[in-house]
Amino acid sequence: MSSVIQVTGLSKYFKDMKAVDDLSFSVKKGEVYGFLGQNGAGKSTTIRMLLSLITPSRGTIELFGMNLFTHRKQILRQLGAVIESPDLYTYLTGYQNLSLFARMSGMNVEKKTLLGQLERVGLAERSESKVKTYSQGMKQRLGIAVALVHDPGLIILDEPTNGLDPQGIADIRNLILDLGRNRGKTVLISSHLLSEIELVADRVLIIDKGKKMMEGSISELLDPSRSIVELQTLNPDNAAQIIAMTHWQSFLQKRRHDQFIFKMNKQDIPQLTAQLAEKGVQILRVQPRHSLEDYFLSLTSPNQHVEAFAN
Amino acid sequence: MWKLLQIELFKIFSKPRTYISFVALAAMILIIQIGLKFDGESYLQLMMSGISDSFYIPYEMILNGYLVAFVILNALLIHVPLLIALVAGDTVAGEANMGTLRLLVTKPVSRTELMLVKFFAAVIYTLSLLLWMAILALVLSILLFGTNDMLIARNTAMEQIQRSDVLWRYVAAFGYAGVALSTVAALAFLLSVMAENSIGPIVATISIVIVLTILSEMKIPLYDDTVKPWLFTSHMLAWKGFFYSKATEDGRSIRGSIENLPAILRSLAILLTYIVVFVSSAIIIFRKKDILS
Repeated sequence: MSSVIQVTGLSKYFKDMKAVDDLSFSVKKGEVYGFLGQNGAGKSTTIRMLLSLITPSRGTIELFGMNLFTHRKQILRQLGAVIESPDLYTYLTGYQNLSLFARMSGMNVEKKTLLGQLERVGLAERSESKVKTYSQGMKQRLGIAVALVHDPGLIILDEPTNGLDPQGIADIRNLILDLGRNRGKTVLISSHLLSEIELVADRVLIIDKGKKMMEGSISELLDPSRSIVELQTLNPDNAAQIIAMTHWQSFLQKRRHDQFIFKMNKQDIPQLTAQLAEKGVQILRVQPRHSLEDYFLSLTSPNQHVEAFAN
Repeated sequence: MWKLLQIELFKIFSKPRTYISFVALAAMILIIQIGLKFDGESYLQLMMSGISDSFYIPYEMILNGYLVAFVILNALLIHVPLLIALVAGDTVAGEANMGTLRLLVTKPVSRTELMLVKFFAAVIYTLSLLLWMAILALVLSILLFGTNDMLIARNTAMEQIQRSDVLWRYVAAFGYAGVALSTVAALAFLLSVMAENSIGPIVATISIVIVLTILSEMKIPLYDDTVKPWLFTSHMLAWKGFFYSKATEDGRSIRGSIENLPAILRSLAILLTYIVVFVSSAIIIFRKKDILS
């Protein structure tokens, strides 16, 4: 499958600050690609470079097999984007905003098409209202309509669920799944809602301090042998003695009062609980944590990870 | 390009702020016209106090639409740049502040095209404002005061332009004023590219125009031949030159003549050079700019 995005050795310096450092990744056609990182990790700077808003200090960006900076107009015709908050012309109506950006994208505007697009994001009834009367969620949905109006092959969404209520988040999730799975679009999405990325992305890139930490499919990243397991008992001192004398000690990450936190294969949980129960330990609760968020935190801030559970 | 220009004009003229200048200008012109309509003679007596002892002055004849328009232009063309700055200073910085600039730059339009279109839109706004001024100052004054020969006071002398020789001078004067005001628009546009909100470029443009106008008007020998000839503000009022005609030996104004056309053309060339420099600089800066807003 051909790469729609090919980034090689990308770096950006703002004076002495290194915002993005030698970043390389590729996104294949039809993939939904999650882009993760803490605040200030370099996600937005990378996305802005992909959109030609920022000039890289080093490295190359190829979109649709063309160099972004030599074929900028050709590439941008096939690209739609929501960049952080969807700031639009508040003194114009939703329809006027959509029409204006559709024309700028080189699209022949047909009212029916535009209204259809507004209906798709649930704004048909408010199409003639000025954007200044919209809620944050409605602005976000209009921003997504603007990004999709010219039917682009590549869609870049930077925090698209910002300001949305749970139903709005679910709608956007379904829209992204539809774009990727049913309409063959390539989607690059960054979000701080890691559970959302886990639900929609085929592959994920995690960056920290501008550097690539990990890239891979969700199934690769969520290796069961790396599960975090919390165990709560009624007699923790007894449990602690038993754990200290067995091989389980090597898996123990932290103890806090009556809770023990292990990093282990979750398939070994029955063996652990059986061994403790056999020695008279009364187990109150066992909970494996096994999500992208756990993995993300273990990569970007391993100490906070365990503390977060303990607290 | 035309499609982009239409979009840009649509944005400018959909914004309520755009119309502040039109309302302000109408108010100022109407105030002057009402004042002159009811007490124009006192105004003329005051203006011509230096020569009224030597000549008989038929005030009823002098106070006509052409003279009123001249008085209005003379009073307002110094202040209109402030109104131009309101919109031209907002063209790029306003979009950066609103957050729409980043969306615009991700559209398949080159940055140079985007800048040119924004500047042309600012110029069209400037010319619309000038046209509005022409309608109110000239057409409405003619309707209110009628037409007659035009008398212009020049230092200690008077110049009389025949009624049929006046209108083309106004057309030329407004054309020149369009270039002069576009220079201010170009300056505000350049400053707008360098800012992230519109207040900065608007205030900076107004400040620059005020400081340079003061410098242009002051009589300081050190600056007279060195700095002043090159300030754009020194050339903004050269439109008046279209009302100064050549005279015959017996002192009569020669129909269709301009006293010093080369000086006007030189001023025009200087203003056009400023526009090219300001707009080119804006384009170069914007092409290299990282959009972080």
